[in-house]
Amino acid sequence: MASKNRKPPRVGDQPGFRRALIAAVLVVTAIFIVAPLVVIGVQAFSQGWAVYATAIADPDTLHAILLTVTTALIAVPINTAFGVAAAWAITKFDFWGRRFLLVVIEIPFSISPIVAGVAYLFVYGLQGLFGPALQSADIKILFALPGIVLASMFVTAPFVARELIPLMQAQGRDLEEAATSLGASGWRTFFSVTLPNIRWALLYGVVLCNARVMGEFGAVSVVSGNIRGQTNTLPLHIELLYHDYQTAGAFAAASILAVLAVVTLVAKVLLERRGAGRGGRPTLAANQTVPETTT
Amino acid sequence: MARRVLPGLPLALGITLVYVSIIVVLPLSALVYKAASLGFEDYWRIVSSGRALASYRVTALSALAATAFNLVFGFALAWVLVRYRFPGRRFIDALVDLPFALPTAVAGIALTALFAPNGWFGSILGEAGITVAYTPLGIMIAMAFTSLPFIVRTIQPVLEDLDPALEEAAQSLGGSDASIFARVILPLLTPAILAGVSLAFARSLGEFGAIIFIAGNQPFSTEITALLAFIRLEEYDYQAAAAIASVLLITAFLMLAVTNILQARALRYTARG
Repeated sequence: MASKNRKPPRVGDQPGFRRALIAAVLVVTAIFIVAPLVVIGVQAFSQGWAVYATAIADPDTLHAILLTVTTALIAVPINTAFGVAAAWAITKFDFWGRRFLLVVIEIPFSISPIVAGVAYLFVYGLQGLFGPALQSADIKILFALPGIVLASMFVTAPFVARELIPLMQAQGRDLEEAATSLGASGWRTFFSVTLPNIRWALLYGVVLCNARVMGEFGAVSVVSGNIRGQTNTLPLHIELLYHDYQTAGAFAAASILAVLAVVTLVAKVLLERRGAGRGGRPTLAANQTVPETTT
Repeated sequence: MARRVLPGLPLALGITLVYVSIIVVLPLSALVYKAASLGFEDYWRIVSSGRALASYRVTALSALAATAFNLVFGFALAWVLVRYRFPGRRFIDALVDLPFALPTAVAGIALTALFAPNGWFGSILGEAGITVAYTPLGIMIAMAFTSLPFIVRTIQPVLEDLDPALEEAAQSLGGSDASIFARVILPLLTPAILAGVSLAFARSLGEFGAIIFIAGNQPFSTEITALLAFIRLEEYDYQAAAAIASVLLITAFLMLAVTNILQARALRYTARG
């Protein structure tokens, strides 16, 4: 300490400035981030436990929870398989158009969920590309579970891939090449060599993907048709209750998703301690994740 | 050159291409096709209508204000998290991601409850004569909430990697804190700040769920563009919905290009330093 004291403090380290800045940031954080979380709990329980329990046990709310969980159970595993496949193809091989493919995978990040929903309408809706054919075949995609799943898969398409790609890029191909040259099959190589190295990043991507699928509002709102007790996911059900002036019910339903958000944050912190999530900075495109390989 | 010793390229690339084609490319192409089939005159009439123009204005201005707010608050937050040690720092660090984790509809009703005239903050602000809920200010707050992590998480890692030797050199040459900050630290952070700003701005332009609860949604004053597209859809005016959605899509692609250029520059900068 004594030797350090001879140096001037770092920029911005004067005690007065430091304390003032920390205090200011804490106050704004409390107003801006903590208060929204707290108000959900307060509003949900504003009329007591009994009302809360009744609101949660309402058949429409239970159905919305079921639909949200079902959507996640379908969309997240498919998305995960896609993310792993995309990361394997992009990081373990060189092929023409690789960088372009990366940008395309990340496109959903930059697109408004409403645009995504409208776009799906023009594929599967009656006024869309396949709508008339689907109707004559009596296949229901829009305003039903398949549409909700598809829209959820659109908005979360980059989630798993973007966690894996920077990591697998950094890890290189040597281990896999060694395994296959020793006679291991492709699947064996993946499960015994690659997967143990990427498991935390994979789980990290899955956790974030799941949170987004369960919370998606805009895109799902367009394609679901908002049929109460049928195609209302939990976020849509919250909107419906809220506009019905059932505030306690809306906040009770919202509290479930708020708990999910908190659990997601805790999982995120725990996984980051294991080294996941370090590769990816917030991004609209994957430009920086794969440096141009020089041949 | 590339030795293709590893197996699985056809399968992995096949899955990737099929998924990307069906999930991402097909719907966006369908939207572009639908908007393009309108013909230039109809398209122009819809996207330049008074109500649409008003929606672009309120969306863009609110997004600008939200980004400006986040630039100041987000930068201060990143600075405090990186440079200072205080009790609760890790907790705050984890909380920064709440806007990513909290579903937008939940954020929307929570912010409305806080800022409504009878809410915790709304009642205080109301006495000062400031109305937040159901005004563009409400839109700004919702946008600022959802886009905050973009700014913090782009600046934070660069601030962490900043070489203390640069500051020490400037200090030994007699620079004041203010001048070191302005002439040494800020220039090094500028690429990251710009990248974060463009990400936050792009996110704000497309935000929907958090905004519609707090915005009031009055045409010509508090109606954002994404909502206008949604309303046209509910009116079964599919052509107008396609045209307005295509404006959002084009804007998103422009922002994507800008962000890419900024991030590529930011990376070159950090790679050199």
